[in-house]
Amino acid sequence: MIRDAQLEAIFAAFRGTEGPLLPILHEVQHAFGCVDAEAERSIAHELNLSRAEVHGVVSFYHDFTPASDLRPCIELCRAEACQARGVEALVPATEEAAGTRVKLKTVYCLGLCSVGPAARVGERVYARLDSAALIKLVHSV
Amino acid sequence: MTRVRISDDAVAVACGADEVSSAFAAAGASVERVSSWGMHWLEPLVEIDGIGFGPVSAADVGAILAGSCDKRIGLIAEHSFIARQQRLTFARAGKTRPLSLDDYAATGGWAGLTRARSLAPQALIDEVTGSGLRGRGGAGFPAGIKWQTVANAAGARKYVVCNADEGDSGTFADRMLMEGDPFQLIEGMAIAAHAVGADRGYIYVRSEYPHAIAKLTAAIKLAAPRIAPFGIEVRVGAGAYVCGEETSMLNSIEGKRGEVRAKPPLPALEGLFGCPTVVNNVLTFAAIPHILIEGGAALYDSHGVARSKGTMPIQLAGNIKHGGLYETAFGITLNELVHDIGGGTASGRPVKAVQVGGPLGAYIHPDRFDIPFDYEAYTVADALIGHGGIVVFDDTADMGHMARFAMQFCAAESCGKCTPCRIGSVRGVELIDRIRGQGSAAPDAVSRLPQMHNAAKQAPTREANLQLLEDLCETMKGASLCALGGFTPYPVLSALKHWPEDFS
Repeated sequence: MIRDAQLEAIFAAFRGTEGPLLPILHEVQHAFGCVDAEAERSIAHELNLSRAEVHGVVSFYHDFTPASDLRPCIELCRAEACQARGVEALVPATEEAAGTRVKLKTVYCLGLCSVGPAARVGERVYARLDSAALIKLVHSV
Repeated sequence: MTRVRISDDAVAVACGADEVSSAFAAAGASVERVSSWGMHWLEPLVEIDGIGFGPVSAADVGAILAGSCDKRIGLIAEHSFIARQQRLTFARAGKTRPLSLDDYAATGGWAGLTRARSLAPQALIDEVTGSGLRGRGGAGFPAGIKWQTVANAAGARKYVVCNADEGDSGTFADRMLMEGDPFQLIEGMAIAAHAVGADRGYIYVRSEYPHAIAKLTAAIKLAAPRIAPFGIEVRVGAGAYVCGEETSMLNSIEGKRGEVRAKPPLPALEGLFGCPTVVNNVLTFAAIPHILIEGGAALYDSHGVARSKGTMPIQLAGNIKHGGLYETAFGITLNELVHDIGGGTASGRPVKAVQVGGPLGAYIHPDRFDIPFDYEAYTVADALIGHGGIVVFDDTADMGHMARFAMQFCAAESCGKCTPCRIGSVRGVELIDRIRGQGSAAPDAVSRLPQMHNAAKQAPTREANLQLLEDLCETMKGASLCALGGFTPYPVLSALKHWPEDFS
């Protein structure tokens, strides 16, 4: 019931917005940690779309996940510029340090290409990472 | 009290600028957070009375205030990295507080918009066309002609959309502008709106840029009375690289899957919600206020070479000693950019390759570092300028691996609408693996079935595989709907051409 009220509050905020689906999905993902089938059903009803249409959009974008993952998440950039600065050599030890406790997510570019390897945890960004700094970051989240 | 200026750009913050700021505040200094000068190897860069210190950590604060710090770099404005640039779009970089309307107005802000609104839309469009400004997103289409098309199109509603989905690795100029000088982007969009008769605008920013989203949202609120009746809204992407393609971005704003649309119809005629829409990159809009001041168009046109006019904010990234933002007129060579300005590699090893234009740009061999930075010259050399990002690799780079990565990236980020991109990229990865002797060379179980008359019964030779890879690249180039599939062959073929030894 709390969930329904939260969803209704999100929907209400975007009534009158042009093309409201993406902003709604961001809010739902933020509030519940995922956009699951139940949420897709409610969104479809709210926007007068089919569930398939909503699911098609949800599954297209990397930012929306079907199930919540409560683990802390480190987004590590592994695009060309960070590769040129040696990020690939840091990956095995970081994966080992992360184990199953920390989610290590690959992203392509955080826009910190002159000071890589770079990573992001929530709103915080980190640059000039070496193996020690990255493993320290894994242990700190 | 000592007044200290420190950037609050994401690069500076990622390198510890917040901690340095707190340390200065604790030591009794007054701290002003400004935009970044773009000298990223010196971040966090601290400025006191024009004198720079960097890269600074919290431990250096005492020495700096005591006047005994050895990280002093002299007057920042006279530093060779800054003094050699021709900064128009980034004229305020390092000098103003990003969200200060006073700073913006004091440095010539809103002059372009005020003058633009005193002009008839047609006169305004003529000035933009006359400046020679071409779209900075990658395709380099003349901005004035695009605006003219939208202005001439019939439509009850028109839109101005800013493409801030800067997904290319090695590019960060859009991010720096949105975080450092957001009012300039807003002013440029408001001018475009006046030119074409639009009253709504969107800025589509990628979700990987939380700092830029926060700054833009705040700046739009502050500038709203100034740009009214035009209104702007920020839309946040959701991690899809392909949404940097304009039609895919429009679909995304509309709340659809970020799939590419076939063109025609052009977005200028049928864009957002089917209405005529101006879609330009952040840097294109940000160049507009300068062009619209008295005499600005002629000044802009006086920079650059041939048909590449004005200045380009070039981004020096990857394994480079002096990385950062370098805005200069077109015509500069890679030799100057990588060696003279960039100082060679950060690792100190020889430069092996440079990728210009993001993940879809060609790898350029040091033998060809004399090509002038110019849209047409790059096209002739089978390369592209794209968004102006330059990623340097040292001699430890495995170009065969980078070619594979290009295909793998395309496979991961393809929107799936067209076959050459969706399937070609997957086949490309398999082929490169086979060529590099890492995949299975023998025909698979299906190929060995008796009814598969046309399937090869022996493993194809290396030459046959190389030929196949080139054919595949030709198909992707010519038959893909957008630049993702169409340009992925550039890094692949250039790597294969210049570093064949990395494919064995």
